Amino acid sequence: MTRSRVVSQRTGLPARRAVDEREPPPVTDTSQATTPQRYPFSAPHRLDVDPRYAQLRREEPLIRIRLPFGEPAWLATRYADVRTVLADPRFSRAASVGRDQPRNTPLQPDEGILAMDPPEHTRLRRLVAKAFTARRVEELRPRTRAVAEELVDGMLAAGPPADLVAHLATPLPIRVICDLLGVPVADQDRFRTWSEAIVSTTSLSPDTIRSYVDQLMGYMAGLIAQRRVTPTDDLIGAMVRARDENADRLTEEEVVQLAAGLLAAGHETTVTQIPNMVYVLLTEEGGWERLRAEPDLVPKAVEELMRFIPLGATAAFPRYAVEDVELGGVLVRAGEPVVVSVHSANRDESVFTDPERLDLGREVNPHLGFGHGVHHCIGAQLARMELQVVLETLLRRTPGLRLAVPPSELTWKSGLLVRGLTAMPVRW
Amino acid sequence: MSQEEPGRWRVFVDSTRCIGSGICAGAAPTHFVVVDGLSRPVEERIDPVEAVLDAAESCPMEAIIVSDVEGGRIAPEP
Repeated sequence: MTRSRVVSQRTGLPARRAVDEREPPPVTDTSQATTPQRYPFSAPHRLDVDPRYAQLRREEPLIRIRLPFGEPAWLATRYADVRTVLADPRFSRAASVGRDQPRNTPLQPDEGILAMDPPEHTRLRRLVAKAFTARRVEELRPRTRAVAEELVDGMLAAGPPADLVAHLATPLPIRVICDLLGVPVADQDRFRTWSEAIVSTTSLSPDTIRSYVDQLMGYMAGLIAQRRVTPTDDLIGAMVRARDENADRLTEEEVVQLAAGLLAAGHETTVTQIPNMVYVLLTEEGGWERLRAEPDLVPKAVEELMRFIPLGATAAFPRYAVEDVELGGVLVRAGEPVVVSVHSANRDESVFTDPERLDLGREVNPHLGFGHGVHHCIGAQLARMELQVVLETLLRRTPGLRLAVPPSELTWKSGLLVRGLTAMPVRW
Repeated sequence: MSQEEPGRWRVFVDSTRCIGSGICAGAAPTHFVVVDGLSRPVEERIDPVEAVLDAAESCPMEAIIVSDVEGGRIAPEP
């Protein structure tokens, strides 16, 4: 099979709409000719998707952009192109090391496993992948349900209006990831503060980001050292055993960074996405009422909400072309960085029927909300399970759930890689 | 199975489990392709290669089964 055939199959769209009917423009080599546009195009507003993406998908699927720091980059907006950039080995994360990466803070990133390609990436990911398979995550579901029940009990006892962020969305993912890793929940005030550094763009100063990351790494190194004295059955314990049995293949720093990354990513994202999902359900047509009438839709609803919600506030993790690649009608030169818009891909009308509409029963939904390719979210199955449990529990315990304030009075976080609510007062 | 060459591996992707994450196609691009949102092996009979074990061990759905010609499982580990 020829290389181009392999690549076109790998980026194939769902069968029902196998052909992207929009003609790409003729291949042009414009990287030096055009002035890059500032990116993001606009400050994030609630969970709105900038209308410019629809126009770009139609007219100019690859454009030159400039993030606040670093060199200019290409931005891919069509589903097929986004998937190619994320999964095709001609686009590399490892090649970003040492470059003036397009980024959101002045700091030069040190991203560990997220700056690796196979086979180095896989060697490290295999160390923890087993703990996040669908099968292993299913074993955590009963315990997660019990935690959700207990937290909703607390919210009901506090009485309306109560803050869904503080009572449920924040503590649930933290308890689940702490149990899995073996991190004491009692330390959460410390590691929650430090974890913000992982998702901060402008919310913290560069010095604070550096200091918090160092403290998070130091904390994790301490937990790892404890396990050398007293072995444990949790994931950090398993990582320590694997490291000590394969010292030639894993460095201590890699293990510390990976464990810290799992702790931070394991709650910053789901903590934010739970209120986002409830917000969309309570404010979009076909949301909460439909789910209440058809609770069996919860697993599909979670997928649709992952598609519909633009969780990211900006672009990150540029991929560098390692050879010349034709993409979206443009010749991307070897050595040039490309970033992707997952929100735009998730609204691509050549893949999703009526993409601007929330359809909790959507049948064909190959969304990229958890990414694609080797860096596909390792916690995807865990996040799905947690999100399903939260929605099921709220539907059963608080069927009359509604916002306690008008949507315009809700406050949104800013200066982070993710979009989310600072608080969510609800009644039931 | 008598025509099978000893030492070769068999690669199977369970399409009822596959979620099209693209992890395998990224980890072992000459061995897996994602077609219509589902992964499939480029070839079902292969010479042993580490990248295919990496792909099978990294699949979150454990949808990739690598076995020897006698049908004994090589990956993923239980």
